[in-house]
Amino acid sequence: MSKTYIHKKANVKQTKYMKLSGLEPLVLNENMNFINIGERTNVAGSRKFLRLIKNEEFDEALDVARHQVDGGAQIIDINMDDGLIDGVKSMVRFLNLIAAEPDICRVPIMIDSSKWEIIEEGLKVVQGKCVVNSISLKEGEENFIWQAKQIKRYGAAVIVMAFDEVGQADNYDRRIEIAQRSYDVLVNKVGFPSEDIIFDLNIFPVATGMDEHRRNAIDFIEATRWVRENLINASVSGGVSNVSFSFRGNDGVREAMHSVFLYYAIQAGMNMGIVNPALLEIYDDIPKDLLERVEDVILDRRDDATERLLDFADTVKGSKKEKVADLTWRENPLQDRITHALVKGIDAFIIEDVEIARQEADKPIEVIEGNLMAGMNVVGDLFGAGKMFLPQVVKSARVMKKAVSYLNPFIEAEKGEKQKALGKVLMATVKGDVHDIGKNIVSVVLGCNNYEIVDLGVMVSPEKIIAAAIEENVDIIGLSGLITPSLDEMVYLAKEMERQNFVVPLLIGGATTSKAHTAVKIDTQYKNAVVHVNDASRAVTVVSDLLNPKTSNLYVAKLKKDYDEFRTKFLKRGKEKSYISIEKAREEKFKIDWNTSHIVKPKTLGVQTLEQVSLKEILPFIDWSPFFRSWDLHGKYPNILTDEVVGEQATILFEDAQIILKKIINKQLLKPKAIFGLFEANTINDDDISIQKKGEEIAVFRTLRQQLKKRAGKPSFALSDFIAPKETGITDYMGAFCTAIFGADELAKKYKDKEDDYNAIMVQAIADRFAEGLAEYLHKQVRIKHWAYGANEDLTNEDLIKENYKGIRPAPGYPACPDHLEKETIWDLLKVEEQIGVTLTESLAMWPGAAVSGYYFANEEAKYFGLGKITDDQVKDFALRKNITLEKARKWLHPNLTE
Amino acid sequence: MANIREELKKRILVLDGAMGTMLQAYKFSEEDFRGERFKDYATPLQGNNDLLSITQPEAIKTIHGKYFEAGADIIETNTFSGTTIAMADYQMEDLVYELNYQSAKIAKEVADEFTEREPHKPRFVAGSIGPTNRTASMSPDVNDPGYRAVTFDELRIAYKQQVEALIDGGADLLLVETVFDTLNAKAALFAIEEVKDERNIEVPIMLSGTITDASGRTLSGQTAEAFLISISHIPLLSVGFNCALGANLLQPHLEAIASKTEFAISAHPNAGLPNAFGEYDETPEEMGEQIEEYLKRDLINIIGGCCGTSPEHISVIANIATKYKPRQTTILSAVEASH
Repeated sequence: MSKTYIHKKANVKQTKYMKLSGLEPLVLNENMNFINIGERTNVAGSRKFLRLIKNEEFDEALDVARHQVDGGAQIIDINMDDGLIDGVKSMVRFLNLIAAEPDICRVPIMIDSSKWEIIEEGLKVVQGKCVVNSISLKEGEENFIWQAKQIKRYGAAVIVMAFDEVGQADNYDRRIEIAQRSYDVLVNKVGFPSEDIIFDLNIFPVATGMDEHRRNAIDFIEATRWVRENLINASVSGGVSNVSFSFRGNDGVREAMHSVFLYYAIQAGMNMGIVNPALLEIYDDIPKDLLERVEDVILDRRDDATERLLDFADTVKGSKKEKVADLTWRENPLQDRITHALVKGIDAFIIEDVEIARQEADKPIEVIEGNLMAGMNVVGDLFGAGKMFLPQVVKSARVMKKAVSYLNPFIEAEKGEKQKALGKVLMATVKGDVHDIGKNIVSVVLGCNNYEIVDLGVMVSPEKIIAAAIEENVDIIGLSGLITPSLDEMVYLAKEMERQNFVVPLLIGGATTSKAHTAVKIDTQYKNAVVHVNDASRAVTVVSDLLNPKTSNLYVAKLKKDYDEFRTKFLKRGKEKSYISIEKAREEKFKIDWNTSHIVKPKTLGVQTLEQVSLKEILPFIDWSPFFRSWDLHGKYPNILTDEVVGEQATILFEDAQIILKKIINKQLLKPKAIFGLFEANTINDDDISIQKKGEEIAVFRTLRQQLKKRAGKPSFALSDFIAPKETGITDYMGAFCTAIFGADELAKKYKDKEDDYNAIMVQAIADRFAEGLAEYLHKQVRIKHWAYGANEDLTNEDLIKENYKGIRPAPGYPACPDHLEKETIWDLLKVEEQIGVTLTESLAMWPGAAVSGYYFANEEAKYFGLGKITDDQVKDFALRKNITLEKARKWLHPNLTE
Repeated sequence: MANIREELKKRILVLDGAMGTMLQAYKFSEEDFRGERFKDYATPLQGNNDLLSITQPEAIKTIHGKYFEAGADIIETNTFSGTTIAMADYQMEDLVYELNYQSAKIAKEVADEFTEREPHKPRFVAGSIGPTNRTASMSPDVNDPGYRAVTFDELRIAYKQQVEALIDGGADLLLVETVFDTLNAKAALFAIEEVKDERNIEVPIMLSGTITDASGRTLSGQTAEAFLISISHIPLLSVGFNCALGANLLQPHLEAIASKTEFAISAHPNAGLPNAFGEYDETPEEMGEQIEEYLKRDLINIIGGCCGTSPEHISVIANIATKYKPRQTTILSAVEASH
């Protein structure tokens, strides 16, 4: 065989392409050079997989399958042929389980068995178009025809082994003889679609030392060429690792052999194969001297090819190396090890070390008060000095908790006293609010600094907070909230504490809180200490100053004075601004020229839900910067990963997040749901948007208008300015949406129950990112598909995060429309609760907490703005328009009212 | 008898609209559903629409007639739930053969009347084969994703019985419709192939899937193209989509398969999306406008209506359909040649 010939690309005859399907299509067209079949879900080929199936550890068996798909397998081969397991039962069970895993069953399945019974039962449980592996003429033509007919009726492609009544084809002539005969029977007698026929032409080992094996590779390659050039539309497949069988144990040589073999086989037309991607070297990266010797063997170019490769093989090593963790710290003295474990957040050895410490100590409590606290003090010092960051501290806490829960039974057994806390802190997210990441982080940080935490959870009524504070005799109360109505709850609670003669300090925190609000509204209601703590790293020092009997009086006095000064300054500043009347503001509205404005009618009007979006689809739409913010790491992603100060910590946090993210995606531990509606809309009476269906009004959105006095010519915005007024006679459009991530709470609780606050908080932070990512994904779908005004946009995900697209999606409760009340209108209009199960609390927070809702405006002149403060005339007008009492309007618009 | 493949080459064929919407107007009571024959039946029967083919055959025939008058070429038998699996709710498994046979028979009588009256426009009866109320590739038990409430073989046997009765009753073709789980459909197709093989007959098969939400996938998670690939092993007369979405929302999914198959393309969408009360309120004109979009884009060979559509809708659609040529496919002639 000349070298020029072997290098030639086969002249493949093809009029039709094989089409397979899982949840998604796989079409073997001319762009598909080679289809990679995953092979690890095979009990005959993988001892690990066999053990998992035998022990019915199906979750882990599914992970094997998933790993294949994630690793790039375009089809997964599943084989349950083993004497020790019930093949039919295992095949059916495993395929049924795979069907429930969209990330696996998106690819087609190859049902692999030498037993017809297993193949047939497998075919009965897969909805997509599979491949059967395999049938052959081994038992004669009659059986072959019958099986092929059944396969055709079930709707699958088929692998035909080069095997007949005489035996297995082991040379060029026999391979083409059997292939030709099998093909003719299938096409002419069965009517089997030729494009659904795949030949496995038997890959046998080379370099075995036996002369009759020398041509094993080259004969396969040339038979492949013959099949692809003569049997129209048929494919060729094979198990590649067989070829290098005689070099078991030398992965370096095997990798090179696989690459060389595939290089020539693919040229010859082999278009599918079972290949372990981990055992594949890039052809061009194979060293010249090795390449020459491997090619000599594969192509049978020299009589001494095998000897030469064997001689050379010893100098070749595998290309993959494993990363080994540095464990030298394990050789240090006990206390150093405990401190190291706490500082680094390593929990692998803590029980072991704590047990040694316990045996050395007189009483188990001494281990906590001595060894562990010594370590935690180091953590506290480093944290205070800015040398450790929040995520690390939370990890330290996890190690601490694990150690303490190991020691507790010993302490109880000898009825010894438990560790004394420095103080007792009550933590709660206020009534109507569901957000608790910040609160949880502060709880953990305080907890690991030896404060006892009484965590009342979310949506806690003031009565319950007061009662618990009394009953538990707490030293401090901490309140958290994310949405604006929570501010009023905090004010109310401060009043109640005053009325009931409380003296304990009140901590205020959460995204919506501010020093200004705390100073102006809360501090004035309560004679004792009120502190705004919006930074978990400050919580420890604040609490310790407040509870230190020597300094606390002085500290509180200083606080009160500080807040008083701040308040005076703030109020003065507020009065310097001037406002215009709502009538005047309306005259100054933002004017769009409706005669020339390009209004696109949505492709689809009405309400639609999305319940089958996968987390994977949402992933690229996630903006990670806020994720780091929730851990008190500030900076923009991805630059934050290389930031001088927090870069290293951000990188570790991000890596930890990826681990749990992968788990969430693989096991579908979170469930995304979304709903949106697109409607006819017109602005009426300047500030209201009338939503219509076939000309009939079905809802009205009330918008609010800026009233801050601006320079001449600068408009006073309201969202209604972006919709054509009714009197123009133009039909305009508007949308509304809600996205939510279900399951975060349950999952976080599972981690919390395992004393793993780090991952519990991680889950919540990730769920929030998914909810936002889903909103971004949905907005894009709406722009390009459902409303389709941006059908031609071509933006990168970075552009999306920067919002470089046309149209806006403002959310009630955020700057352009701070009024949460309009959520009720969205809920009524879309039937959000009935359709996807997202509910509103009495403070109009959404449940589950990882949720986003808002409006869609498509006008290219629509832009985000901040409402700023508004004056009482607009509030009165708003109450009238909305038909609610002035009191209610004031309550809800309260954060935006001028003083 | 006229050949439907011949007719398909000539023009766009019109399928009928909803049976349920029309039956609602009759406001049949429990007694009406029962009739004389089932007056002492143990289970409540109201809502078992398929049973009306036996207890209220005149109403069913009238509705079929209205759709033919409106311009339909094909009407569906009143057998959407005519399998032992779906009839288990009413404990009427033993009645399945008769239900399907009678439904096909009365539909055929009406069709023959119209064909006789208008020989230039032959009318056809499609035996309606619904998805049943169980799914073969999904678990109803969240705690055990590997569990299945129904097996392929159970479905195959139930479908086979329905198919035999529909053919015996006179159905000209079979319509496997509202496919939300492709594996259920594959079991139905398997059963049909068995019957064809055993009787050595040829029966044209229409297959129609349903895409349930805006993510563009079937309930069992497949994309439109993956669905098409999974059922293309059987020589179908047509493939398409029905139900769940209104006409405008179906369009992208029809486009996704139209360029990838040589089968004829069918669509019978709902009259829009359901409103807050679960009612469909797209008017015939509105729906017609959307349907015309399909025809302009050369997407369609067979067109009709699903939930919420009435003879008025079908009349509008039939009028529009006469203005356009059917989508061109090579398979119609190719399949023809092979028989």
